[in-house]
Amino acid sequence: MISQPRGRKLSREEAERVPHVVARPKARYAWSAGPATGRFLEELKEGRVLARRCNGCGRVLVPPRMFCERCFRPTDEWVYLPGTGTIQTYSISYIDTDANRIAKPILVGVLAFDGASEGCGIMHYFGEVAPEKLYIGMEVEPVWKPQAEREGAITDIKYFRPRRKEDRQ
Amino acid sequence: MKEVAVVGAGMTLFASRMMETGKELCWEAAKQALDEAGLSLQEIDAVIMGTAPDAFDGIHKKGENLLDGAGGANKPYMRVYTGGGTAVMTPIAGWWHIASGMFDTVLVVNEEKMSSARPHAQSVFAHIWDPILDRPLRPNLVWIFAMEMQRYMHKYNVRKEDIALVSVKNKRNAVDHPCAQLADPKITVEDVLNSEPMALPVRRLDISPPSDGASALVLASLDVAREICPDRIVTIDGVGWCIDTTMWTNRDLAFPKFLARAADQAYRMAGIKDPKKEIHIAEPYDPFNYKELQHMEGLLLCEPGEAAILTREGVTQRDGRLPVCPSGGLLGVGNPIAATMGIKVGEIYWQLARKAGKRQVRNDPVTGVCQAWGDLMQFSSVLVMRRR
Repeated sequence: MISQPRGRKLSREEAERVPHVVARPKARYAWSAGPATGRFLEELKEGRVLARRCNGCGRVLVPPRMFCERCFRPTDEWVYLPGTGTIQTYSISYIDTDANRIAKPILVGVLAFDGASEGCGIMHYFGEVAPEKLYIGMEVEPVWKPQAEREGAITDIKYFRPRRKEDRQ
Repeated sequence: MKEVAVVGAGMTLFASRMMETGKELCWEAAKQALDEAGLSLQEIDAVIMGTAPDAFDGIHKKGENLLDGAGGANKPYMRVYTGGGTAVMTPIAGWWHIASGMFDTVLVVNEEKMSSARPHAQSVFAHIWDPILDRPLRPNLVWIFAMEMQRYMHKYNVRKEDIALVSVKNKRNAVDHPCAQLADPKITVEDVLNSEPMALPVRRLDISPPSDGASALVLASLDVAREICPDRIVTIDGVGWCIDTTMWTNRDLAFPKFLARAADQAYRMAGIKDPKKEIHIAEPYDPFNYKELQHMEGLLLCEPGEAAILTREGVTQRDGRLPVCPSGGLLGVGNPIAATMGIKVGEIYWQLARKAGKRQVRNDPVTGVCQAWGDLMQFSSVLVMRRR
């Protein structure tokens, strides 16, 4: 049985009057992409989507990895994919990364790449499509940044857009 | 293997708690649990601490930072961390400390303080995404749940109206919980469906609020429990946990297979063959309303896609055949991540011990299950408890 708990909810103003210390940690990192994701990023720069095949389970894996987490053995070969895919799920987001409200929603979701194993894909933005037109199963294609602007990052793809012109905005 | 009982529980008010440090919250919860068990700290053999990402507080080694409040000084002490799954993982760690025969009494303390992060805990959550492939897209944590909810609704043809009923049930149940942050006796399905859009299909009232708080449990070997609280013997009869791959964009987002595995492990240990019949009360993890439904299915309490129907039929109400989240859950009481142990394990203990007061369910349950879920959407911890 819970006795009457102590404490109470404070208003924002009250909370600011409570003695406290504010600090911002000074921390910067350089995260290695590793051999698999690193090559994946380099190929994005060239406008290509790369996967990795495991001959143990036969899966074609995106994001690619140098070992198969199921078979627990090295993966075997690089496989180029067409870059097109199918929407597995999506969200229409009215909040940004800091939970600020935004008027124009971000369209984001998970797509599975054609030529990869079932359900294997990445998270990315969707564009050139009205939010209410998005659906699970929609076929999409990448829209690349101009080659000169690519830097070997997931954002070298600006977004994915519907393959059917009628679905585009 | 020694049998293990829960002999005491405690928790603090869940709210933004700028007045107190995490240590002080730990102390409040730990003292309550000890008082209910009728034990002093000197009679505790070992202490387990549970708390989620260090980044929330901006303090590294949070386990060490909270140590004194948890009563861990000069005792065998360790921190357990599995993201949101910590809420039910620390009691599992407490269980094995005793089941192994090493200790007779263990104090388990879980704490979370999310109000320290500025401007919002969401900014800190961004750090849990994959740094190479996800973070350059500047994600918000809610996205991942929105995408999971969308996939779940699509695959099992679940209606948003039925999902909204979970928020209504839990926020109303929370009215009877003295630690509740977001209880609302008048909330309706329309309120939920029309609340502010966050990342659709997720709206404001589909989500549990970030919070500060602490909770605690005292565990004892069955022999010790029979001495100190013969009037209420509630034992931990099954434990299970399991995690899926980190490659979340390769996973099935509609059905939590990892949870089904964890549940199966716990049920086998508890000798439960048909959880649909043998479980009388459940506290699945409900940080979002759809998660309660998905977790009921993962806990094998019904078929995939069936939880929404049971909810619509009132089966999961406090006076229903299978009360689900009678505490008010994370949706109603609040979501100080690891500290939700108090409304998961704590609630099942109080219910089975017939000590839940106004929240006491009608079906006088003997066997209950609770569960927590975490890491990057792919971990679950499950605990089965019984009244002897």
